[in-house]
Amino acid sequence: MCRGRQVTITVLYFARLREDVGRERDEVASTGDVQTVGDVWRGLHGEPPARLMAAVNQAHARLDTPVADGDEVAFFPPVTGG
Amino acid sequence: MAVRLFARPFDPWALVQERERQLPLERLGACSVFAGRMRDFNEDEDVRALFLEHYPGMTERDLERIVAEAETRWPSITCEVAHRVGAVEPAEILVLVAVWSAHRVAARDACSEILERLKHEAPFWKRERLADGTERWVERNTPGQ
Repeated sequence: MCRGRQVTITVLYFARLREDVGRERDEVASTGDVQTVGDVWRGLHGEPPARLMAAVNQAHARLDTPVADGDEVAFFPPVTGG
Repeated sequence: MAVRLFARPFDPWALVQERERQLPLERLGACSVFAGRMRDFNEDEDVRALFLEHYPGMTERDLERIVAEAETRWPSITCEVAHRVGAVEPAEILVLVAVWSAHRVAARDACSEILERLKHEAPFWKRERLADGTERWVERNTPGQ
Protein backbone atom coordinates (compact mmCIF):
# COMPACT_ATOMS: atom_id res chain seq x y z
CA MET A 1 0.00 0.00 0.00
CA CYS A 2 2.95 2.30 0.44
CA ARG A 3 5.10 1.07 -2.45
CA GLY A 4 7.91 -0.18 -0.26
CA ARG A 5 8.57 3.01 1.68
CA GLN A 6 7.69 3.78 5.28
CA VAL A 7 4.78 6.21 5.26
CA THR A 8 4.22 8.22 8.38
CA ILE A 9 1.80 10.63 9.99
CA THR A 10 3.41 13.76 11.45
CA VAL A 11 2.06 14.68 14.88
CA LEU A 12 2.47 18.24 16.25
CA TYR A 13 1.81 19.56 19.76
CA PHE A 14 1.16 23.15 20.79
CA ALA A 15 1.20 25.32 23.90
CA ARG A 16 0.70 23.60 27.27
CA LEU A 17 0.24 20.25 25.56
CA ARG A 18 3.71 20.49 24.02
CA GLU A 19 5.15 21.09 27.49
CA ASP A 20 3.16 18.19 28.97
CA VAL A 21 4.27 15.79 26.22
CA GLY A 22 7.84 17.12 26.42
CA ARG A 23 8.45 17.52 22.66
CA GLU A 24 6.96 19.37 19.73
CA ARG A 25 6.45 16.52 17.29
CA ASP A 26 6.22 12.78 16.77
CA GLU A 27 6.23 10.59 13.68
CA VAL A 28 3.77 7.70 13.68
CA ALA A 29 3.93 4.80 11.25
CA SER A 30 0.75 4.69 9.24
CA THR A 31 -0.63 1.20 9.83
CA GLY A 32 -4.04 -0.42 9.80
CA ASP A 33 -4.33 0.19 13.55
CA VAL A 34 -4.25 3.94 13.04
CA GLN A 35 -7.52 4.95 11.41
CA THR A 36 -8.54 8.09 13.28
CA VAL A 37 -7.18 11.10 15.16
CA GLY A 38 -8.12 9.33 18.40
CA ASP A 39 -6.09 6.26 17.37
CA VAL A 40 -3.04 8.50 16.80
CA TRP A 41 -3.33 9.95 20.33
CA ARG A 42 -4.05 6.62 22.03
CA GLY A 43 -1.14 4.91 20.29
CA LEU A 44 1.26 7.50 21.69
CA HIS A 45 -0.21 8.64 25.00
CA GLY A 46 -3.14 6.44 26.09
CA GLU A 47 -6.56 7.90 26.86
CA PRO A 48 -7.07 11.44 25.52
CA PRO A 49 -7.46 14.21 28.13
CA ALA A 50 -10.71 16.17 28.42
CA ARG A 51 -10.93 19.25 26.20
CA LEU A 52 -8.26 17.99 23.79
CA MET A 53 -8.49 19.84 20.46
CA ALA A 54 -7.12 18.49 17.18
CA ALA A 55 -6.54 19.36 13.54
CA VAL A 56 -5.79 17.28 10.44
CA ASN A 57 -3.84 19.02 7.69
CA GLN A 58 -4.48 22.35 9.42
CA ALA A 59 -8.28 22.01 9.55
CA HIS A 60 -10.21 21.44 12.79
CA ALA A 61 -10.85 17.76 13.49
CA ARG A 62 -12.39 15.47 16.08
CA LEU A 63 -11.13 12.26 17.63
CA ASP A 64 -13.19 10.26 15.11
CA THR A 65 -11.84 12.17 12.08
CA PRO A 66 -10.07 9.70 9.72
CA VAL A 67 -6.33 10.03 9.10
CA ALA A 68 -4.29 8.86 6.11
CA ASP A 69 -0.68 8.45 4.98
CA GLY A 70 1.26 11.69 5.02
CA ASP A 71 -1.27 13.63 7.10
CA GLU A 72 -0.21 16.32 9.56
CA VAL A 73 -2.15 15.79 12.80
CA ALA A 74 -1.98 18.48 15.49
CA PHE A 75 -3.08 18.32 19.12
CA PHE A 76 -3.59 21.38 21.29
CA PRO A 77 -5.41 22.68 24.37
CA PRO A 78 -8.45 25.00 24.18
CA VAL A 79 -7.57 28.15 22.24
CA THR A 80 -7.25 31.56 23.93
CA GLY A 81 -6.77 34.15 21.17
CA GLY A 82 -8.45 37.51 20.67
CA MET B 1 -11.14 39.56 2.59
CA ALA B 2 -7.95 40.48 4.40
CA VAL B 3 -6.47 38.50 7.27
CA ARG B 4 -3.08 39.44 8.69
CA LEU B 5 -0.81 38.36 11.53
CA PHE B 6 1.67 40.82 13.02
CA ALA B 7 4.78 39.85 15.00
CA ARG B 8 5.28 43.55 15.92
CA PRO B 9 2.85 46.21 17.26
CA PHE B 10 0.35 47.43 14.66
CA ASP B 11 -1.98 50.42 14.45
CA PRO B 12 -5.56 49.16 13.94
CA TRP B 13 -6.87 52.59 13.02
CA ALA B 14 -4.25 52.93 10.27
CA LEU B 15 -5.31 49.52 8.91
CA VAL B 16 -8.94 50.66 8.86
CA GLN B 17 -8.05 53.90 7.07
CA GLU B 18 -5.79 52.12 4.59
CA ARG B 19 -8.56 49.66 3.74
CA GLU B 20 -11.16 52.43 3.44
CA ARG B 21 -9.09 54.09 0.72
CA GLN B 22 -9.74 50.98 -1.41
CA LEU B 23 -13.48 50.60 -0.69
CA PRO B 24 -16.58 52.03 -2.41
CA LEU B 25 -17.55 53.92 0.74
CA GLU B 26 -20.54 55.57 -0.96
CA ARG B 27 -22.19 52.12 -0.86
CA LEU B 28 -21.06 51.13 2.63
CA GLY B 29 -23.21 52.94 5.15
CA ALA B 30 -21.89 51.10 8.19
CA CYS B 31 -18.51 50.16 9.61
CA SER B 32 -18.27 48.18 12.83
CA VAL B 33 -14.83 47.94 14.45
CA PHE B 34 -13.64 45.89 17.40
CA ALA B 35 -10.13 46.49 18.70
CA GLY B 36 -8.89 44.37 21.61
CA ARG B 37 -5.91 45.36 23.78
CA MET B 38 -3.78 43.48 26.24
CA ARG B 39 -4.79 44.21 29.85
CA ASP B 40 -2.27 44.38 32.70
CA PHE B 41 -4.48 42.18 34.87
CA ASN B 42 -6.19 38.79 34.55
CA GLU B 43 -7.92 36.68 37.20
CA ASP B 44 -6.83 39.00 40.04
CA GLU B 45 -3.13 38.95 39.06
CA ASP B 46 -0.90 41.67 37.63
CA VAL B 47 0.24 40.61 34.18
CA ARG B 48 3.48 42.13 32.88
CA ALA B 49 3.75 40.50 29.45
CA LEU B 50 2.12 38.01 27.15
CA PHE B 51 3.41 35.52 24.61
CA LEU B 52 0.92 34.59 21.89
CA GLU B 53 1.72 31.22 20.39
CA HIS B 54 0.06 30.24 17.11
CA TYR B 55 0.08 27.42 14.55
CA PRO B 56 1.79 28.90 11.48
CA GLY B 57 -0.27 28.05 8.43
CA MET B 58 -3.36 26.80 10.24
CA THR B 59 -3.94 30.06 12.11
CA GLU B 60 -4.06 32.07 8.87
CA ARG B 61 -6.25 29.44 7.15
CA ASP B 62 -8.63 29.26 10.09
CA LEU B 63 -9.09 33.03 10.26
CA GLU B 64 -9.74 33.04 6.50
CA ARG B 65 -12.31 30.25 6.97
CA ILE B 66 -14.09 32.17 9.75
CA VAL B 67 -14.24 35.33 7.61
CA ALA B 68 -15.37 33.37 4.52
CA GLU B 69 -18.20 31.77 6.51
CA ALA B 70 -19.30 35.20 7.74
CA GLU B 71 -19.22 36.47 4.14
CA THR B 72 -21.48 33.57 3.14
CA ARG B 73 -23.93 34.37 5.95
CA TRP B 74 -23.85 38.16 5.32
CA PRO B 75 -22.98 38.43 1.58
CA SER B 76 -22.81 42.22 1.60
CA ILE B 77 -19.93 42.56 4.07
CA THR B 78 -16.25 43.45 3.61
CA CYS B 79 -13.84 42.42 6.40
CA GLU B 80 -10.41 43.26 7.74
CA VAL B 81 -8.99 41.02 10.49
CA ALA B 82 -5.59 41.41 12.14
CA HIS B 83 -4.04 39.62 15.12
CA ARG B 84 -0.75 39.86 17.02
CA VAL B 85 1.55 36.89 17.57
CA GLY B 86 4.67 36.57 19.71
CA ALA B 87 5.67 38.84 22.60
CA VAL B 88 3.08 41.48 23.56
CA GLU B 89 3.11 44.17 26.25
CA PRO B 90 0.16 45.70 28.12
CA ALA B 91 -1.90 48.27 26.15
CA GLU B 92 -0.73 46.91 22.80
CA ILE B 93 -3.44 45.89 20.35
CA LEU B 94 -4.04 42.13 20.18
CA VAL B 95 -6.85 41.92 17.65
CA LEU B 96 -8.73 44.00 15.08
CA VAL B 97 -12.02 42.98 13.47
CA ALA B 98 -13.48 45.59 11.10
CA VAL B 99 -16.61 44.93 9.03
CA TRP B 100 -18.15 47.23 6.44
CA SER B 101 -21.67 46.79 5.08
CA ALA B 102 -24.48 48.76 3.46
CA HIS B 103 -26.42 48.71 6.72
CA ARG B 104 -25.63 48.62 10.44
CA VAL B 105 -27.11 45.28 11.48
CA ALA B 106 -24.99 43.12 9.16
CA ALA B 107 -21.83 45.07 10.05
CA ARG B 108 -22.44 44.85 13.79
CA ASP B 109 -23.58 41.21 13.86
CA ALA B 110 -20.81 39.97 11.56
CA CYS B 111 -18.16 41.81 13.59
CA SER B 112 -19.38 40.19 16.78
CA GLU B 113 -19.66 36.72 15.19
CA ILE B 114 -16.17 36.85 13.68
CA LEU B 115 -14.66 37.96 17.00
CA GLU B 116 -16.39 35.25 19.06
CA ARG B 117 -15.49 32.52 16.58
CA LEU B 118 -11.89 33.74 16.45
CA LYS B 119 -11.69 33.54 20.24
CA HIS B 120 -13.17 30.04 20.42
CA GLU B 121 -11.77 28.38 17.28
CA ALA B 122 -8.61 30.01 15.89
CA PRO B 123 -5.35 28.40 17.08
CA PHE B 124 -3.81 31.02 19.39
CA TRP B 125 -2.62 30.37 22.93
CA LYS B 126 -1.73 33.01 25.54
CA ARG B 127 1.08 32.56 28.04
CA GLU B 128 1.23 35.26 30.72
CA ARG B 129 4.22 36.53 32.68
CA LEU B 130 3.15 37.74 36.12
CA ALA B 131 4.63 40.43 38.37
CA ASP B 132 6.65 37.87 40.36
CA GLY B 133 8.29 36.55 37.18
CA THR B 134 6.34 33.30 37.00
CA GLU B 135 4.59 32.29 33.78
CA ARG B 136 1.30 30.53 33.19
CA TRP B 137 -0.83 29.44 30.23
CA VAL B 138 -4.24 31.10 30.03
CA GLU B 139 -6.69 28.22 30.39
CA ARG B 140 -9.73 29.89 28.85
CA ASN B 141 -11.02 33.19 27.55
CA THR B 142 -13.34 35.19 29.80
CA PRO B 143 -16.72 33.89 28.62
CA GLY B 144 -18.90 36.49 26.92
CA GLN B 145 -17.51 39.48 28.86
